[in-house]
Amino acid sequence: MISKRLLLGDEAIALGAIHAGISGVYAYPGTPSTEITEFIQNNAPEVRSRWCTNEKTAMEAALGMSYAGKRALVCMKHVGMNVAADAFVNSAITGVNGGVVVLAADDPSMHSSQNEQDSRFYGKFAMIPILEPSTQQEAYDMMPYAFALSEQMRLPVLMRVVTRLAHSRAGVQSVTPIPQNALNPDNERTHWVLLPGNARRQYASLVEKQPQLMASAETSPYNKVCGEQKATLGVVACGIAYNYVMENEPEKRGIPVLKVSQYPLPEQAIKALAAQCDTLLIAEDGQPIAEEQIKAMVGADYPIKGRLTGDLPRMGELTPDCVGAALGVVTDEGLPAAKSVVARPPALCQGCGHRDVYDALNKVAKEYADARIFGDIGCYTLGALPPFRAIDSCVDMGASITMAKGAADAGVHPAIAVIGDSTFTHSGMTGLLDAVNDGANITVVISDNLTTAMTGGQDSAGTNKFEAICLGLGVEPEHVRVVVPLPKNMEEITQIIREEIEYNGVSVIIPRRECIQTLNRKLRQKRAQQ
Amino acid sequence: MKKDIILAGVGGQGILTIATIIGDAAAVAGVNLKQAEVHGMSQRGGDVQSNLRLSTEPIHSDLIRQGAADIIISMEPMEALRYLPYLNKQGWVVTSSNPYKNIPNYPDEQAIMEELKALPNTAILPIEDLAKENSMPKSANVFLLGMAAKYIEILTPEQLRESVKRLFASKGEKVVEMNCQAFDLGLNAVK
Repeated sequence: MISKRLLLGDEAIALGAIHAGISGVYAYPGTPSTEITEFIQNNAPEVRSRWCTNEKTAMEAALGMSYAGKRALVCMKHVGMNVAADAFVNSAITGVNGGVVVLAADDPSMHSSQNEQDSRFYGKFAMIPILEPSTQQEAYDMMPYAFALSEQMRLPVLMRVVTRLAHSRAGVQSVTPIPQNALNPDNERTHWVLLPGNARRQYASLVEKQPQLMASAETSPYNKVCGEQKATLGVVACGIAYNYVMENEPEKRGIPVLKVSQYPLPEQAIKALAAQCDTLLIAEDGQPIAEEQIKAMVGADYPIKGRLTGDLPRMGELTPDCVGAALGVVTDEGLPAAKSVVARPPALCQGCGHRDVYDALNKVAKEYADARIFGDIGCYTLGALPPFRAIDSCVDMGASITMAKGAADAGVHPAIAVIGDSTFTHSGMTGLLDAVNDGANITVVISDNLTTAMTGGQDSAGTNKFEAICLGLGVEPEHVRVVVPLPKNMEEITQIIREEIEYNGVSVIIPRRECIQTLNRKLRQKRAQQ
Repeated sequence: MKKDIILAGVGGQGILTIATIIGDAAAVAGVNLKQAEVHGMSQRGGDVQSNLRLSTEPIHSDLIRQGAADIIISMEPMEALRYLPYLNKQGWVVTSSNPYKNIPNYPDEQAIMEELKALPNTAILPIEDLAKENSMPKSANVFLLGMAAKYIEILTPEQLRESVKRLFASKGEKVVEMNCQAFDLGLNAVK
């Protein structure tokens, strides 16, 4: 018997990529994608795998590796696609040399995110193939397939997964690894120099490739029909939605199912299914992108059910229950809900330095009637919840500094930004330069815990460099202040915050103390070694 | 045969270790498994759960449907109650009775216990207290797994015990021994 390994979806993707002969993985941590890069870091020393500063630098470096003829994987959570978008969309215009797979991990139901955008829109927008595995085994199998497809079409390939696949474990069987590509830089400059004249030619070539991409989807081993019979209801099941459909035993109910795991949507297969059935249910996790396109394919009179019609919920991740209900399946009820249950929201860890930062900020902010604190993305976003209730906004990576600047421009005072160390290097530095150049009256707190804590303690790009970065961007040396966030230093910290609020210009306060989680982990490792 | 299990607790209580032990036993026994976990922000002292599905047949959904779970295994009494709509009416609740109070509005403890005891099939013990009494405070989760072992059925207690040994092997003999002891104490604590 060939043994199976129990792997998270993320780990299956990572192993698949290693076995597909990647030479590099480029990524910024983000739930639910983080474990892909971590697995490669821990299992494939031959693959370049250090964390990148953000998703855009990751995407561009991968494109450079592809230019040089080698295979590269780029990983990010869905909102990272917004950061990488400039490079991502243009990589479809340049095309690739070595294979490039962009892995976007979407988070329907927003378990750990600020929206539930569907990355398939980006794939369609960039006009490239999209793969959407249903199972951990398929996620593994699809990696070599995706890289081969990328090199065959000379285009990047987007692989889209969702939290439930990324963070669910199942047995995965592996195959013989493929060796890495040899160094082979592209000599065709016109593909890569996107001056308008070249870009028009390249875009025309991308448009010309579309029928090939469609043909590949129509014959893909990952798109298949189960059930040839005439039926009242048929189902188009995309990606992980296929599992929820199959859980409801459509074969026993005479419901034909078209599984879709490669896009563009296979139009012929969908039209054939529509001809076979009176109605189609479109089951897709995320936004109703397939539903809208299928509606346009089969005509306005053909009845389509899905998220837009309310047959499935308009938002949130799909479940076997809601898909079952849409299929008309009646199941046993469970026990009634208990009365003595309340929500248990996450909280900042006991002993976390962010706690002391918020204690100090709250103390000083009380002294100003109009104080506003602009937050950012990280563990410290939990400062919005009780007992702190300290922050007034949290929008996207880096927005604390720029929103504070805009509010200060409008007359808000004091306008305070709170940003973590990793978020600052990801997207805060450019905003700080804007603030310096404009002489904005803001106080920036870079709460430095020496790690990317929220995603589990990955290296932070700016560690040991923050004072130098701030000075280099033009913050006055006497207004770059470093403190140690501990209760015993509360008086000093609050005094410094007051002074810097009173300074009319850009000041940066850096409370610096190691994340309690990474510190404890290091101590445990040390003890284990002794 | 299939067993759908919901593992519940508070971030940091060790429910993912329980999942790893059961997963390893299933892999060795050749039983199919899917196990969905929670990572990221919710691990910071919030409620955490894992859907663990075991079957001799292929498993499709990573999530358990409502009314289909066979067992709820919980490190915390209120967290056990949270998932009742997922439990089938003959299902078992195996839980610790030691509350984890990290929220200001934690419900009345007695009310929680009354709701738990009113359920048809339960095994309830103060697991943390028992683990401490036996000088194994860090093995409370393995104690709980021992308690649940005879209800898992698709895997035998012996198969689970072997997994405990394998998974703690890298941490030295003492740790293995303590966890095996915790497992046995849990196993023998329920009739």
